[in-house]
Amino acid sequence: MNRFFTVLKTELKLSFRGMDMIIFALCIPAVAAVILGAVYGNRAAAPGAEYSFLEQSFGALSTIAVCAGGVMGLPLLISDYRQKRILKRYKVTPASPAFLLAVWVAIYAVYSLLSLALVFGILSLFFGCRFRGSFGIFLITYILVMLSMFSIGLMVGGVAPDMKTASVTASVLYFPMLIFSGATLPYEVMPPALQKAADYLPLTQGIKLLKASSLGFPMESVWMPIAAMLTVMIICGGIAVRFFKWE
Amino acid sequence: MDVEETIQIKGLSKSYDGRKVLENLSFSVAAGEVYGLLGANGAGKSTAIEAILGTRQADSGSVRILGLNPWKQRKQLFEQVGVQLQDTNYPDKIKVKELCEETACLYKHPVNCDELLQRFGLKDKKNAFVSELSGGQRQKLFIVLSLIPNPEVVFLDELTTGLDTKARRSVWKSLLELKEQGMTILLSSHFMDEVEILCDRIGILRDGKFVFEGTVHEAEALSSCEKLEDAYLWFAEEEETDNE
Repeated sequence: MNRFFTVLKTELKLSFRGMDMIIFALCIPAVAAVILGAVYGNRAAAPGAEYSFLEQSFGALSTIAVCAGGVMGLPLLISDYRQKRILKRYKVTPASPAFLLAVWVAIYAVYSLLSLALVFGILSLFFGCRFRGSFGIFLITYILVMLSMFSIGLMVGGVAPDMKTASVTASVLYFPMLIFSGATLPYEVMPPALQKAADYLPLTQGIKLLKASSLGFPMESVWMPIAAMLTVMIICGGIAVRFFKWE
Repeated sequence: MDVEETIQIKGLSKSYDGRKVLENLSFSVAAGEVYGLLGANGAGKSTAIEAILGTRQADSGSVRILGLNPWKQRKQLFEQVGVQLQDTNYPDKIKVKELCEETACLYKHPVNCDELLQRFGLKDKKNAFVSELSGGQRQKLFIVLSLIPNPEVVFLDELTTGLDTKARRSVWKSLLELKEQGMTILLSSHFMDEVEILCDRIGILRDGKFVFEGTVHEAEALSSCEKLEDAYLWFAEEEETDNE
């Protein structure tokens, strides 16, 4: 355990020095929360709704960091370490592949949870949002969505032959998901045709799940998103483990 | 069963796309010995080291290091074996101290990094970024990293390639100290002066095969050359080539 935290600490430091994740996983969600807050204030989500539009958006805003870390950060880090043959150096130490994967997932989990706290802080302190669901259930669904998104990143990072392919693939996945899944642009304001298309993005399903758990809807109503998250996790995670390349 | 050598390699072979890069390589290194793998670029030195360690998969053959099979008992073996591969790297923006810490925590009984850095004259570089080090300092840092596990055996692949004469000399000095302490070392090199100073025994590779295996004196005697460099060229038959 000690060695896990030593490596995690160093890798986090390196990641902070790199700055990209600070911008994409911490600053962007904070800015998006402030903008949505300024635009919608405490307006109700719909006429007669008990919760505000902003409270409804909390689940979505909390996934910006998940998307940045899982779909962008994770694949780029893995392919960079492979290309620089840092992975090969690890191969001649007692460290196991699972250990490294766990450290990498932990790096982006730290960013995601920091961003979750940051977005929640901004919405509740400055815009009077309340958390209406069960925090325990929300956290479980959040971790499910996170692991599901991260498995996409592990797959891309694990299978892409080089840094360039990984970076192109990551961008192709990242930007549409960030914009069209409702993470930044609220799903509710999209035209119905766009909503239909967006439903096919895994993150859209994840956000539906988080909205339900943060607003305290019964979990039975979101069995579809739960199934979608589990499917993505099993398929992408399976491919990542099965076809992982150290060199 | 006879006493097992520290490193024992039998019939190691590997080919890429039908081209044989290692052909039936067998040799052994006794405890406390320094063994040098020599050969031109592309003769198979790095491939041999990587195939021995298992970072590349050999087609056939068997390897025992300290009585363990590196391909199957990786975790156990690399607690006791230090490695510096030729083309490994480090993350951007990592400091000397951090790279040492990150390496040390992987082992059960690491040596104190500060002492090692001190010994290799890198103590004042502790807080420097690895990318800021000079070539010689970086190579010394990689020796430090390979010594962190407090190993019984170290593998060093072309440690001094790309260094100037002064830096090479100082790396040799460090390696001689290790040798005096009884460390078993397998290294690859294409500097004959270096090999003459450091190695007890050598193996000269050409096209993935040994063209000579034995002591430096034996190489000189067998080739009837007075200097190892001439003997090496005689064995490697590369007087005409000019790729170095």
